[in-house]
Amino acid sequence: MLKMRSLGIDLKNPFVLSAGILGVSASSLIRAHESGAGTVTTKSISLEAKRGHANPTVIAFEAGLLNAVGLSNPGIDAFLPEIKKVKEKHVPLIANAIGDTPKDIAKVATMAEGAGADLIEINPSCPNVVHKKPYASDPKLLSELTSTVKDAVKIPVLVKLSPNVDKIGALAKTAEDAGADGITAVNTLGPGMIIDIASRKPVLDFKMGGISGPALRPVAVRCVYEIYEAVKIPIIGVGGVTSGRDAMEMMLAGATQVGIGSAVYYRGANAFKKIGDETIELMKEHGYKNTKEITGAAHE
Amino acid sequence: MNKADYPVGVRINKVISETHDVKTFILNKEISAKPGQFVMAWIPEVDEKPFTLTGKGKTVSITVKKRGKATSKMHEMKEGDILGVRGPYGHGFDVVGKKIVLVGGGYGSAALLLLAEEAISKGIETTAIIGADTEKNILFADKIEKLGAKLVITTDDGSRGIKGFTTQALEKLLSEEKFDCIYTCGPEIMMYHIVQMGEKNNVPVQASLERWIKCGFGVCGQCVLDPTGLRVCKDGPVFGSADLKKISDFGFFARDKTGAKKEWKDFA
Repeated sequence: MLKMRSLGIDLKNPFVLSAGILGVSASSLIRAHESGAGTVTTKSISLEAKRGHANPTVIAFEAGLLNAVGLSNPGIDAFLPEIKKVKEKHVPLIANAIGDTPKDIAKVATMAEGAGADLIEINPSCPNVVHKKPYASDPKLLSELTSTVKDAVKIPVLVKLSPNVDKIGALAKTAEDAGADGITAVNTLGPGMIIDIASRKPVLDFKMGGISGPALRPVAVRCVYEIYEAVKIPIIGVGGVTSGRDAMEMMLAGATQVGIGSAVYYRGANAFKKIGDETIELMKEHGYKNTKEITGAAHE
Repeated sequence: MNKADYPVGVRINKVISETHDVKTFILNKEISAKPGQFVMAWIPEVDEKPFTLTGKGKTVSITVKKRGKATSKMHEMKEGDILGVRGPYGHGFDVVGKKIVLVGGGYGSAALLLLAEEAISKGIETTAIIGADTEKNILFADKIEKLGAKLVITTDDGSRGIKGFTTQALEKLLSEEKFDCIYTCGPEIMMYHIVQMGEKNNVPVQASLERWIKCGFGVCGQCVLDPTGLRVCKDGPVFGSADLKKISDFGFFARDKTGAKKEWKDFA
């Protein structure tokens, strides 16, 4: 019932392990796939190793998670064996590529493609680092970045957008016009801040961090709804989905696939399986035969 | 769903010097936890690190060896200073059987103190092998003996107790007596040999592992163990023999702050 095909890849279901959750190693990515994620996404990978911020980097508050990990990663050279191990198990894999310039990001993408990644996700929208240029909000920069990466690889390229912009539909259209094969929406919200009242200090080492989880969900649903009206390419809807009900809502807004991240905190390592089972129940209840019938139905 | 998992600043009620470079911090906070569970302790504006609990209920404490930037800063802290705490996290030791042996190496003995307390209070016959390189690094041996455990001490240089490794003392003990379970925390290569010994003697082992931990609640993937995908912070930090045998990283590899995999010997 959940089986589908998107961007030329057969998938067991529409669920995607989102970037930054569990994706440090092949073993984690494979476990997520075995726990019900149809597709898995690596942690953001750059050309060189990045140490990221000191702890606390990830905390939970009453309505979601707040994180500023700072894009720590071992660098693409050290990460290639992990990609190869995931592909030995034939797990559909998105490589999330980051860098200071379009050229750097294209290089990471090319190497990830060489190791067997099925898709590239460009991530110009992390709120937890100081970006050299506003690639996520400036249409001209976003267009240049997208076309540079598109020219460098043969596999489909997804562009991950930030919710912290004025007109997300127009930015998605910019990415589509520049050659993007799909949109991942959205990255974390904010940034936000939590201050400890005893020490009077912001809790996160970076002081502020991106908001995910339930607090992000209505924002993400609205963004996906707007993007669906603006583009024809498929959307991976991500932001605070923790149940089958939420997954269905995201698809109704226009998502072809549904990202799952913070739900691992709320529902455990088997969140994908639980959300999948709930989605199937709801599909039966509402008379859907496949997820294609759900995608964008809120617009009809 | 609306729980908060961020560090909350609490007052340090008391600081106790345990050895020349280990201090215990008693915190003004009540936490109920199983032996072997841990908390994340935040030093405002510095860092946040995982520590096993060495006191629970109304006298919650963590015991800290001075090692790097964060722990050095903690060692400067005094009664009345503020530390942030969140947790408890992970699953701890399962206290089972009628006769058990605990093996602690270096500061790893910290994870065994509450375990010894619980086991002895349940009437379990408990032997503790506590080892270190040299006498001044023996931790909690006297406290564990005072709780009622039979104590064996080893030092690499023979400055206290038997000259040699904890594993040698364990091997001798296993050849003389039958135990229901071996519990261990210490250098990973020591624990690796103990698991092998447990298997040879048909005694189950529970070992508490240490990795670079970030979120502490199973989301970030930083502390994952290959090839199982098990997370030290959430699926551990205590693992049983069955899991440990499947973990090829165990004894040999860990991931650094960037997520790169390294041999244990290459960690400073």
